[in-house]
Amino acid sequence: MKYNDVILQTVTKFISFLIFLFAIYIFFNGHQEPGGGFIGGLMTSAALVLLLLAFDMETVRRAMPIDYKTMIAIGLVFGVGTGVGSFFFSTPFLSQTFGYFHFPVLGELELTTTLAFDLGVYLTVVGATMTIIQTIGEDK
Amino acid sequence: MEIIMSILAGFLFTVGLYLILTKNLIRIIIGSSVLSHGAHLLLLTMAGLKTGAPPLLGLNADTYVDPLPQALILTAIVISFGVTSFILVLGYRTYKVTGAAETDQLRGTDTDE
Amino acid sequence: MSNWLILPVLIPLIAGIVALFFPKRVTAQRIWAFITSLILIGVNVFLLTYILANGIMTLELGGWEAPFGIVLVGDSLAVLLTTTTSLVTLPIIYFSFSTIGVGREKYYYYSFIQFLIAGVSGAFLTGDIFNLFVCFEVLLLASYALIGHGSTKTQLKESFNYVIVNVVSSAFFVIGVAYLYAVTGTLNMAQLSQRVSETGAEPIITVIAILFLIVFGLKGALFPLYFWLPGSYSVPPTAIGAIFAALLTKVGIYSIFRTYSIIFNEDTAVTHTILLVLSAVTMIIGVIGAIAYRDVKLILVYNVIVAVGFILFGVASLNSDAFVGAIYYLLHDIVIKAALFLIIGALITAAGTSKLSGMGGIIKHHPLLTWMFFISALALAGVPPLGGFPGKLMLVVGGAEAGHYIVVAVMMIASLLVLFSVIRIFLQGFLGEPKLTHAEQHGSIKAQMPPIVFLVALSVFMGIGAEVMYPFVESAAQTLINPQAYIEAVLGGEA
Repeated sequence: MKYNDVILQTVTKFISFLIFLFAIYIFFNGHQEPGGGFIGGLMTSAALVLLLLAFDMETVRRAMPIDYKTMIAIGLVFGVGTGVGSFFFSTPFLSQTFGYFHFPVLGELELTTTLAFDLGVYLTVVGATMTIIQTIGEDK
Repeated sequence: MEIIMSILAGFLFTVGLYLILTKNLIRIIIGSSVLSHGAHLLLLTMAGLKTGAPPLLGLNADTYVDPLPQALILTAIVISFGVTSFILVLGYRTYKVTGAAETDQLRGTDTDE
Repeated sequence: MSNWLILPVLIPLIAGIVALFFPKRVTAQRIWAFITSLILIGVNVFLLTYILANGIMTLELGGWEAPFGIVLVGDSLAVLLTTTTSLVTLPIIYFSFSTIGVGREKYYYYSFIQFLIAGVSGAFLTGDIFNLFVCFEVLLLASYALIGHGSTKTQLKESFNYVIVNVVSSAFFVIGVAYLYAVTGTLNMAQLSQRVSETGAEPIITVIAILFLIVFGLKGALFPLYFWLPGSYSVPPTAIGAIFAALLTKVGIYSIFRTYSIIFNEDTAVTHTILLVLSAVTMIIGVIGAIAYRDVKLILVYNVIVAVGFILFGVASLNSDAFVGAIYYLLHDIVIKAALFLIIGALITAAGTSKLSGMGGIIKHHPLLTWMFFISALALAGVPPLGGFPGKLMLVVGGAEAGHYIVVAVMMIASLLVLFSVIRIFLQGFLGEPKLTHAEQHGSIKAQMPPIVFLVALSVFMGIGAEVMYPFVESAAQTLINPQAYIEAVLGGEA
């Protein structure tokens, strides 16, 4: 089967990167403002799904050889890991802390331990969504 | 406002239950998801729909709405996202293995008796 | 120190996550699962002794104070249950090594088991209604995965029913939480207990109580809501069936225990009478099923339903003797159901069928299995001095104290019929004419014996060592009868 979807493919090449960027913006925007790992992750998987629709599964897999099941596991490690950290500082489980750091270019920024937790959520959501879509999409 | 939302939640429940009681697997899955959304809407409504700013630190408003129901509903939505995606895969597997897209084809057991 | 309270949830969680990284190395998976469940037992036993010595332990997650944040409460009931859970998990995991099959083991079987245990322990420990919902969902998701694990035809059929039933009941759970929050303005169990006793027997509280009874009744297989159980517990492999029968319904029962003793204790004339009637009917229905079926798995599954009736009868009686009995019976039932399911699993391996008509004379080749079954059958029925006896005795005493003589009589008759239903397996399956020659035997069950012996020994200990167990159970019952200590531990002294 050969479809002529030049328009979709061309647009996707451009759009998917915009979605990725916006997803990353949303992800870092979390904690104090609306945003965070969950919707950032969903948005990233939306971009990946768009790629899957425009190209076929094999092409996407060659471009991004990621094992999404391992991605879930890594995400969970981040999520649980931030909680476990509290054992070493003898604070209640899942306690959070934050600090201000100076970055080159970006300037003064607030970093929290919640960011690590959110990263875990992000990875888990992307991993889980993509695993499901691949499972259903794989066999014809 | 609460009345309208309650009626809407009830409507979602009706739709969800109707879909769950049909035979088609996909409809049942969609129905279960609609039903959960009815429950989420009810959760938000029951805590009172007050007028106030969203509970965000960045906004300097006089009043904020109660953040707890929003936290609860967020958790519930994430859970129902997970469950719905699981049922989708399960329904797909069921269709693949048994070849049945409707529940009445799933009745009975395969054991020889 | 209080951080230790999260460990019964955290250890299985971490164990499950780490196991995700090497799914194809079956030996490593087995060793890892075994070691982590050993550690879990150690931690739980330590927590149990600590709590008995120092009173109720609480942990405010993230440092948010009690009525606002999520709090974990380790009273003796919760920790007794997590300890029993871990004691049952170890033999079931061992049993899985030889029965579950490499194909399943490669597809994250041990991870799912660990996540299930994390959810169960979380549900026992939490002090917040919404967090209870979250833990329920964790364990349910793991159980959805396990029930369909391996994707055989019958499993898929039953798992679809099971999932839909539970999704609907979860929706009702959310609704119940919504109403409760609207009426009381809190979801912390201790504060709920306070607020509800301040408002008194308001009709709306009674309605919410019934709503929660429906939700937990669905999870715990109470009378009109048990219909999903026989199918979904009998189709997966016996190791999974064992962990379901031992733990899943018990979480529902535990939740009824908690909510009906410390929160909904005002309008008992309505709520506890309904519970009483339902528990009696549950016993009768369960026993009818147990006698009617000729399939050993189904006989056991209906016995799970009978036990639900027994335990909830204790909650309905609402006095300290009945609570002691119900808790004791609950703990013993976790152990004995796991034991019986594993024995039946070995029996099916040995006989090659689950139909009673197809088996016989198992005693000839498997005498140890036979006698293990005999002991656990007697323990299930509550023959002294075995494990089921002290619980049942206290249930009868407590029931009589509360004046529910008819239900006590129903319970006695049900116990006898339970004995009949399992002894029939013994007579037809284990004794009787051998149906298979030795050459036809379907497989060795040597590797399956150690976990069975361990569980039966545990059950016997619970009977003979009732003296040792009593102070633990007594203090668990006290926190239910008198929620003041619980409230003070969670909310601080000002309560």
